[in-house]
Amino acid sequence: MKKNIRILIAKPGLDGHDRGAKVIARALRDAGFEVVYTGLRQTPEMIAEAALQEDVDVVGLSILSGAHMALVPKIREVMDMNELTDVPIILGGIIPDEDKPALEAMGVRGIFGPGTSTEVIVERINAIVNKESGS
Amino acid sequence: MDDMVSAILNGSRRAVARLLTWVSDEAPQATTILTQLYPHTGKAWVIGVTGAPGTGKSSLVNSLAKAYRAQGVLVGIIAVDPTSPFTGGAILGDRIRMRDLSGDSGVFIRSMATRGSLGGLARTTRDAIRVLDAAGFDIILVETVGAGQSEVDIVRTAHTTLVVEAPGLGDEVQAIKAGILEIADVLVVNKADRPGATKTVSALRMMLEIGHPSARTHMTQHHGQLLQTEYPANRIHDDAPIWIPPVIQTIATDGNGIDELVNAIQNHRDFIQAQGLDTLLERQRIEIELHERLREALIQRLLQTTPNDYFAQVIRQIQSRQLDPQSAVNAILTSHADLIS
Repeated sequence: MKKNIRILIAKPGLDGHDRGAKVIARALRDAGFEVVYTGLRQTPEMIAEAALQEDVDVVGLSILSGAHMALVPKIREVMDMNELTDVPIILGGIIPDEDKPALEAMGVRGIFGPGTSTEVIVERINAIVNKESGS
Repeated sequence: MDDMVSAILNGSRRAVARLLTWVSDEAPQATTILTQLYPHTGKAWVIGVTGAPGTGKSSLVNSLAKAYRAQGVLVGIIAVDPTSPFTGGAILGDRIRMRDLSGDSGVFIRSMATRGSLGGLARTTRDAIRVLDAAGFDIILVETVGAGQSEVDIVRTAHTTLVVEAPGLGDEVQAIKAGILEIADVLVVNKADRPGATKTVSALRMMLEIGHPSARTHMTQHHGQLLQTEYPANRIHDDAPIWIPPVIQTIATDGNGIDELVNAIQNHRDFIQAQGLDTLLERQRIEIELHERLREALIQRLLQTTPNDYFAQVIRQIQSRQLDPQSAVNAILTSHADLIS
């Protein structure tokens, strides 16, 4: 088990609702994670830069605006350009079921809709960090 | 390992980020790399930023970093936030106020959790500073956790310590208490557009007039014990010039007063260097660090060589008043005479 798991919680795009992101950040803190919280209106470049400097294990995105099909591939691309290919993305927000296969194909490792219990999210993060990164 | 060392010395951001993780995790490989990096450290000027929660430390760090970047120097930032004592988790939220710095490759921001340390920094912050120093950052800004009256580790780490106040936080009696205000090299009254700013400034000035702890070199107390540092014979005498901390008003969110603050920091740096105090202060910092590391190493070794149930038994004896805590310590030390003799 990796100790001291670090996760970035970021809100890309222009919607101004960060309550969900804050609730998740707090729940992850309570689960013992170190949560780097960057706040609203993060560009893909800002997210990749923070993920790099903070050397996080996972990037968690909160997207409520419906722009996930535009934002996620862009963020993945900028992260990959910054040699962050091995840093997984998870996604929370309002994501229609029909978009999920495409997002998973882009390498999104967890998609959590409204009402997902924090235990499920925590379990998923632990699984991603411990099994799949091998550290 | 050697690849990592040269990557750090070349300023590779990915390498710096990864080494900072190893350093924070106290991973074994970090020790080897730090050993090789150490000769390349000691060049950066380390500025500590401390003060109560909500005084605007992060915004001030953001503005200062922008001002230094305008001068063309490279800026490293370490922002420390508290770890929950119950869950071990932490919210590291200082980057929220530093978004102006994004996209600038001359800035590197790293958040650190205290991980159980109580003095306002993490135990590994000093080593994290060394990583940024070796990577070529000229100015390193270290933001402490929101500090109360005794989180004074920063003064044992930074070259210039800023203590940030905001209007309306306390009266004149707060200002003459010992602790955080005493460690200031520069006092900053941030949010100076708020009502009560002038009153805060005059309370701080009054504190300085009542009596500033004369030469800073006398104050290196460590856990209640004044350390015996060797003073150069010609150094401390009564008419040696004394640094009086200036009180600077700022509005960090719009950059007001930041130029004055940068000047005040430069004046402090010039003063320290002109008086030859930098060498002396560094020696004191090293001495304190050595003591801390030694204590840490000794207790680790002691814990490793003592069976777990032994402690449980001693704790029960202390609780049932069969044994007092100090006698228990003496007994443990006697049984580990090999460690300390």
